[in-house]
Amino acid sequence: MFLYIVKRVGLGAVIIVIAIVLLYGMIHLIPGDPASIILGPRATPELRAALAAKMGLDKPFPVQIATFLVDVARGDLGTDVFSNRPVAEIVFSQLPHTLALIIAAITWAMAIGIPLGCYSALHRNTMIDKITGVISVGCITLPSFLVALYALLVFAVWLKWFPAIGAGRTGDLASQARHLVLPAFAIGLGWVGYIARLVRASMLEVLAENHVRTARAFGLPERVVIFRYVLRLAILPTVTVIGIGIGFLLSAAVFIEVVFARPGIGKLIIDSITTRNYPVVMGAVLASTVLFVVSTTLSDIVNAILDPRIRSSLR
Amino acid sequence: MTAAAIPPAPDGAIRGALRRLARDPLGSAGLAIVVVVVLSALLADLIVPYDPIAMNIRDRMQEPSLNHILGTDQLGRDTLSRVIMGGRIALEVALFSIGGALSVGLALGMVAGFGPRWLDNALILLFDTVRSFPTVMFALAIVALVGPSLRTIIAVIIVTSIPIYGRVVRTQTLAIRNNEYILAERAMGASMARVLAVHILPNVIGPLLILASMDIPGVIAFEAGLSFLGLGVKPPTPSWGTILADGLALVRNTPWLIVAGGIPLILTTLGFTFLGESLRDIFDPKLRKDL
Amino acid sequence: MSAAAGDTVLEIRDLTVVFRTERGRLKALDRVALDVPRGGIVGIVGESGCGKSTLISAVIRLLAANAEIESGTIDFEGRDLLTLSEDAMRRLRGDRISMIFQDPMTALNPVLSIGRQMTDIQYRERIGGAEKRRRAVAMLDRVGIPDAAARLGAHPHAFSGGMRQRIAIAMALMAEPALLIADEPTTALDATLEVQIIHLLRALQRDTQCSILFVSHHLGVVAELCDRVVVMYAGTVVEQGDVRQIFHHARHPYAHKLLECDPARIAQRTRGLPTIPGDIPDLARPPPGCIFADRCDRAIERCRATPPPEIDLGDGHRARCHRLDEGTEA
Repeated sequence: MFLYIVKRVGLGAVIIVIAIVLLYGMIHLIPGDPASIILGPRATPELRAALAAKMGLDKPFPVQIATFLVDVARGDLGTDVFSNRPVAEIVFSQLPHTLALIIAAITWAMAIGIPLGCYSALHRNTMIDKITGVISVGCITLPSFLVALYALLVFAVWLKWFPAIGAGRTGDLASQARHLVLPAFAIGLGWVGYIARLVRASMLEVLAENHVRTARAFGLPERVVIFRYVLRLAILPTVTVIGIGIGFLLSAAVFIEVVFARPGIGKLIIDSITTRNYPVVMGAVLASTVLFVVSTTLSDIVNAILDPRIRSSLR
Repeated sequence: MTAAAIPPAPDGAIRGALRRLARDPLGSAGLAIVVVVVLSALLADLIVPYDPIAMNIRDRMQEPSLNHILGTDQLGRDTLSRVIMGGRIALEVALFSIGGALSVGLALGMVAGFGPRWLDNALILLFDTVRSFPTVMFALAIVALVGPSLRTIIAVIIVTSIPIYGRVVRTQTLAIRNNEYILAERAMGASMARVLAVHILPNVIGPLLILASMDIPGVIAFEAGLSFLGLGVKPPTPSWGTILADGLALVRNTPWLIVAGGIPLILTTLGFTFLGESLRDIFDPKLRKDL
Repeated sequence: MSAAAGDTVLEIRDLTVVFRTERGRLKALDRVALDVPRGGIVGIVGESGCGKSTLISAVIRLLAANAEIESGTIDFEGRDLLTLSEDAMRRLRGDRISMIFQDPMTALNPVLSIGRQMTDIQYRERIGGAEKRRRAVAMLDRVGIPDAAARLGAHPHAFSGGMRQRIAIAMALMAEPALLIADEPTTALDATLEVQIIHLLRALQRDTQCSILFVSHHLGVVAELCDRVVVMYAGTVVEQGDVRQIFHHARHPYAHKLLECDPARIAQRTRGLPTIPGDIPDLARPPPGCIFADRCDRAIERCRATPPPEIDLGDGHRARCHRLDEGTEA
């Protein structure tokens, strides 16, 4: 078990390193002089030379990469070309907003999705199950930014139930909560469907297994059978899925933040692209990638710990 | 332990499949939608009532009317024409990107499954690394460098989709590679290329195509999304995404752009999804994860 | 050993079970009748698909959703199980009727420790957790799990197949049921384990005096363990009697053939093992006459036309065959 954790974390670390190399290397893979790319076509030769020196772009590539990796390890993601603030500071100031959004989305998706999936599995092939199935599929395929746009249109502009823009006043929890509702709803909607389907499939699988039949044959009350014997096992895939889901949620957050003009990593990236502030873009993408790798690693490890079958196969 | 190879579809399977599809209401609806979308994309030039990029400031911001069935946008362009043309763009992107990813993924997957262990490990590591980027973030990073364009989007989709197809192909290849008839062929001196082409390829292509068809809605949504962010198609090319972006900017003035841009996107993604699910159930229920 | 009428723990009469499938209504059990005497061990033998599993699923009322009980009664300790409410039935399960299953690998919950599972099934008892654990340890000791107290926290996958089956038996007998149903409990075990389990069952049965309904297609095991044997074919009980009657004087053509074909009984070396030619009939379209008619080498016109009645051959020995009705030797 311990060995597995070590190996899994090691793999995660290797992937992060390769990702960093890729991100950094992309500047050089693109035809053209990196400094011009970063500064845009209107930069003067002096500015370009200054930037090149500052970023160490004149040194050989392996040295650049190594320097960058060391910098990242120390928490230095470079400096914003325009404001001279450390990129890390900019990125981490925006991260909490995106995290709040993601956590809210997952929470509501699980709160609705798990019971829904459970109910569908236990009432298989009834009208409700079939309708839920179709709606789930629909929700999964709908792009989240589309849901966001319609939610904005209906609930914010027409009905004026919720605010349309921003994250709310800082320090005012109620205001922040109100501003979270529509965005979290938009991101979470697809996930409700996905989790419901996943739990349903997983439960059906477990319900058909022999040990459930044994539990019933011993006359255990149905509630005990479902919750202690079936659901515990059926929930496991959901845990893994959430780990992978962080990646999709991060991507969705970009759109949602644009639609609702919310601060966050997504909006930061979009704004920085428009201003051609490449170090910030790279820093933000890097932070998101690290977050994604960490979450998948964690969920794999949690899954291994929770499911004794995996545990024993690792002995 | 031999793994069961997926049997190739027997003759008459297509007709049988169509008959079964006809009995599935969602699948039929999906097929109908897909047909409409594909036809309108193919015939776009013939059926657009107006030139999608022609501006007509005098007629700007009109509500839907007999003249302009879906109204006009802030530059007086006919929304219906832009929607129809946007459909063509969406399908083009889907075709090229999925096609490209399929081909490369197929090749790499077979090589990974069949080739030497070190190559397999290296490819898997590569796949995992690419998949560890949140897709949109990756696209944004590339667009930040190269600038937005349709070709960039297609390239990004290809690069991010290759690992998915590659993994599936690799798994299938690994499962089949130790089957006795493969070993027999190799013992008789068959080259790796021949084994791959004659034995492995027919077995993996079926599920692969079904998976690919189920990616179409996602790809269309991806293109729309990036165009929505202004990082996809270059204006004035219409895309459902750009129509939606215009709609967002004007949301307090008129809802029609959001409605007009959104509905085709919803219908198309739903249509492909329902069709894809029906086809998957018909051809290979084993792929279905939630029977 | 014949069963006195008042001394039966389980009495099945005229049980017919049908499955609703896409191909139509499958008659899985046809007018099944059998008795399990108090303290007796009854074996049910037959090929795969003969309805053994359906029969015991019906007794414990855990049939699949598309199963329909068309007719019959299942009398257990004086009550007809088929008329009980689900709640009443559930109270009997694990208390008066217990069951052990074929596959010890999958019959136990993999994520809960065996101690947890064994205390869970004692949920009816108004005793404390410590007492429940003590009883669990006592039972595990009895079935031969070494170091039981220390292993309560272990999960099923930590035990071998034979051990798991012992644990399953321990669980089943802990509540001292009146009837233990064993569904091919040794089929998944190798020969040496099989012998151990059979001896264990016999010893426990002697101690607790519970009745056992033992399903198996392994004739040797049935011969060794059971007092009475019921032979089934394609959903019908074709012959039943005490073990000696069946194994030495089987009168029904199928039962006779079945015993002949058992490789363990072949006395001479031979190139080909004997088989019964033909296949079991399509249960969605059963033949009008005897279910075994088209594979029987002794079938006559009457066999194909009308289903045979149950003929009493004396001393609790019964068989369903027209040929036995004529008083001629089988």
